[in-house]
Amino acid sequence: MNWTFFHKLGSPKWFYEISGKWLPWLAILAALMMATGLTWGLLFTPPDYLQGNSYRIIFLHVPTAFLASAIYVSMAIAGAVTLIWRIKLADMALKCMAPIGTSFCFLALLTGAIWGKPTWGTWWVWDARLTSMLILLFLYFGVIALRGAIRSATTQARACAILTLVGVVNIPIIKFSVQWWNTLHQGSTLKLTEKPSMAPEMLWPLLISIAAFYLFFTVVLIIRLRTEILDRERRTKWVRNAVEAGARS
Amino acid sequence: MNPVRKQRLLLILLLIAGVGVAVALALFALKENINHYYSPAQIVSGEAPIGQKIRGGGVVVPGSLKRDPNGLTVTFNVSDGEGEVEVEYTGILPDLFREGQGIVGTGKLDEKRRFIAEELLAKHDENYMPPEVQHAIDKAHKPGANAEGAQ
Repeated sequence: MNWTFFHKLGSPKWFYEISGKWLPWLAILAALMMATGLTWGLLFTPPDYLQGNSYRIIFLHVPTAFLASAIYVSMAIAGAVTLIWRIKLADMALKCMAPIGTSFCFLALLTGAIWGKPTWGTWWVWDARLTSMLILLFLYFGVIALRGAIRSATTQARACAILTLVGVVNIPIIKFSVQWWNTLHQGSTLKLTEKPSMAPEMLWPLLISIAAFYLFFTVVLIIRLRTEILDRERRTKWVRNAVEAGARS
Repeated sequence: MNPVRKQRLLLILLLIAGVGVAVALALFALKENINHYYSPAQIVSGEAPIGQKIRGGGVVVPGSLKRDPNGLTVTFNVSDGEGEVEVEYTGILPDLFREGQGIVGTGKLDEKRRFIAEELLAKHDENYMPPEVQHAIDKAHKPGANAEGAQ
């Protein structure tokens, strides 16, 4: 198999150049979809038959919760690439994704608590879904803290990659917790194999919001990653040239 | 892929599999503790201990809700289709609490196997729909819904 493309993708210089071209378009698309999804969801969808208007937090809660797990899986993949191929860019991506994932995980827990108070009657229960999500937040903290505790860049990369990979076991637990245990948290509304158990006029804004949050994440990741690349490659000629060109314009 | 990388990939897969098995065994061992949840049928059959703090839950039986006129105390029956238990609770009920809706509570059983709830939570399902759709469904299923309620 030809791995040239893969190695090219791992080149910080190539990524810096190509992502600079994508970034504005991705940012515009993310902003448009976020505005559409959230305005539609929060203002124009009908209220729920049981919960009334309080269910509208779903348009924030579900996308943030999705991303909290999805970013962790991406970090684990980046960690595996770091360990197997020793690609620097993968480690940079892992480092840049961690704080974004932490924020989404925190938001998912927060919006869930705000919704839980009126709906269930409590801010928090030690239910399998909520607890496994809290463990995910601590895993994120752990990955960030571990990097801060180590000085050498190569050791940082390996240690964080291994910790992320160990923690990935939690992801299927989060996903299936609502099926394996008798949780207070309801089952999944969006299913891969069956029809979603949600009326279409509520489902569409939700799907748009989810896509918008994914795009938003990509945009934030690219911005962080570009800064990280410039910082770590600051001794190379192309970075000096790029910075000088930027200073002149 | 060269042999060194293949070996590293294998090590990573072994690591994840190892941790996965360890966590699965731990969760399996803790299964009882995570839950200690009793269904109405288990409470009726005497499986649930009396006087100990347990979790229980079921669907609120339509027509069984009685409010104490002098306080916040409510009593109602919950059922899982196989058994029915009387629940007593003093406090503010969650928004979603209504007859026919699922609830989960923490509390103790008294000698008469009544569930004295300290905390009462409404369980929500994964279905979301506008009120008009629910009205339409109710209308279409009116005879069926009554038959279900009588069971």
